[in-house]
Amino acid sequence: MGVDNKLMGTVVTGVIGEDVHVVGIKIIERALNDAGFKVNSIGAQVSQEEFIDAVVETNADAIFISSFSGHAAILVRSFRDKCAEAGLGDILLYIGGSLLLKEELWEEVEKKFKGLGMDRVYPPGISPTRVLEDLETDISLRRRVSK
Amino acid sequence: MPNIVIFVDFGSTYTKAVAFDIDEERIIGQGLSESTVSSDIAIGLKSALQQLESNAQQKCTKEATMRLACSSAAGGLRLAVVGLVPNLSLKAGRMAALGAGAKLVENYSFKLNHSEIVQMEQASPDIILLVGGTDGGNEEVIIHNAKMIAGSNTRASVVVAGNKVCADDVTNILESANKYVKVVDNVLVSLDELNVEPSRAAIREVFMNRIVHAKGLDKAGELVDGVIMPTPMAVLRAAEVLAMGSGREDGLGESVIVDVGGATTDIHSIAHGHQKDFGILMKGIAEPFAKRTVEGDLGLRYNALSIVEAAGEVRILRNGVRPESLTELRDKAKYLSEHVETLPTSQIDFRLDNWLARIASEIAMERHAGRLEQIYTTQGPIYKQTGKDLREVRNIIGTGGIFAHSSEPAKILEGALFSNEDPLSLRPQSPEFFVDRRYILYAIGLLAESAPEKAVRIGKRYLERVSRETGSD
Repeated sequence: MGVDNKLMGTVVTGVIGEDVHVVGIKIIERALNDAGFKVNSIGAQVSQEEFIDAVVETNADAIFISSFSGHAAILVRSFRDKCAEAGLGDILLYIGGSLLLKEELWEEVEKKFKGLGMDRVYPPGISPTRVLEDLETDISLRRRVSK
Repeated sequence: MPNIVIFVDFGSTYTKAVAFDIDEERIIGQGLSESTVSSDIAIGLKSALQQLESNAQQKCTKEATMRLACSSAAGGLRLAVVGLVPNLSLKAGRMAALGAGAKLVENYSFKLNHSEIVQMEQASPDIILLVGGTDGGNEEVIIHNAKMIAGSNTRASVVVAGNKVCADDVTNILESANKYVKVVDNVLVSLDELNVEPSRAAIREVFMNRIVHAKGLDKAGELVDGVIMPTPMAVLRAAEVLAMGSGREDGLGESVIVDVGGATTDIHSIAHGHQKDFGILMKGIAEPFAKRTVEGDLGLRYNALSIVEAAGEVRILRNGVRPESLTELRDKAKYLSEHVETLPTSQIDFRLDNWLARIASEIAMERHAGRLEQIYTTQGPIYKQTGKDLREVRNIIGTGGIFAHSSEPAKILEGALFSNEDPLSLRPQSPEFFVDRRYILYAIGLLAESAPEKAVRIGKRYLERVSRETGSD
């Protein structure tokens, strides 16, 4: 691996719920991996509990949730609370994809998911570079706070 | 002069011995005696060897060029796994320990607390397998657990196979408390990389170098050169080499071994078990190519009643018992559990043992094999697979006393097969049936250490092929 993966951080990635669309998350996983993150991909059809288990074992900094079904608002309900319950109160939660069935203004969508405890919310077609920049900022901010 | 090698299995009830003429690749004698581990293990061994020599009609013990043993006596290899997340590192640790032939006495996940330490001290494992955290992952829990173990009275050796980042700290914590520590590569390197071999090897090494002595199994020192692995590991090794072959000798192909004993039923599968269709989604951490599971509630004597209980009424009735006979069945099973030395004498006794063994095979195989689950997505139904798909496994091999003596071993093995009653349970669909009539699988596993090609040939020679009865099921 060469690079110390502690430098960049560790993430857990997966597609939440009854969804099987892995294309979007694969692109993000590739970008994260190339940027020197340790990526723990747990595939499709992932439950909240499986995401949490994976973070506990890998000590990840962030969870990347992908969703295409349009049911994301239901699927991530209480996710933040469950993380807190598992001792992962400060885990970064990123979500992206086709999140709602109903067309809404992006600002509304973002607001809705932030209200559900997500730290970052991305529409389909987001550039991985943007996501990486956000992640680096968020992680360094957390680390500064925790020190 | 024939080139003789002897293999011994110290079991909890019997000590078994077999001599091979290694040049001619044949059995020249076998012996059996009651085990005498609690007094002096050599007594039972001597008597087994005497019997062996008398039916081999020649001196074997002195002439033998190699005399190796395996053991499940003195409680077997008692092991406790301490891990982090139950479905991740703890599960990986359990699979590694079972593959090393251990008997799992306790499992703990997350941070150990004081009462768990007390419980573990009482369970008195021979080995603690301490895991947790992928490489670069969680460090806090394994360090906490190392401190708890260091502060306990346990005399167990500790095999550490967790997050490599804190392996040195964990070692220091345990060694400064005078615990014996052996560190190996992480059993769960990352969530998609299971790595059971280093842990298996370390458990075996600790068994050979420390446990054998602690249990007094080395008192047979003059009669055997060494007790080199726990018996279930020898059986798993036999399964591996028989399935895969060695050198120029072809194996039988992917195989399953069903080992029905008096207290437990073991299943060994030597198979990849990958999903058979790209559309099937794999869930959970990978399972090892050579996988062993142990069912502690399924045994023909100690757990005869528990077989009936685990089966449940529906399964019992499906397997030919009339509703009015349910109570009688339960009473008979209870009697066997309370009189574990009972040997079958009548036709009825044999039939009951066969029936219990068939049910034990069925339940044990159900628990061992993978399973599909149909789920409905927004794009329609798909299948999710957990565990290994064993439907295309080519052979199923029965071992254990019941298979050595039963007149209808095929009926017992049929219990382990795929069934239309439960098509999502991925059990073998149409394998060849074999029976270890001579009770030599352990010896094949021991021989495979030094002469794997010969082990494959001898195994293939002495496994008895049995045909499935036509018209049944």
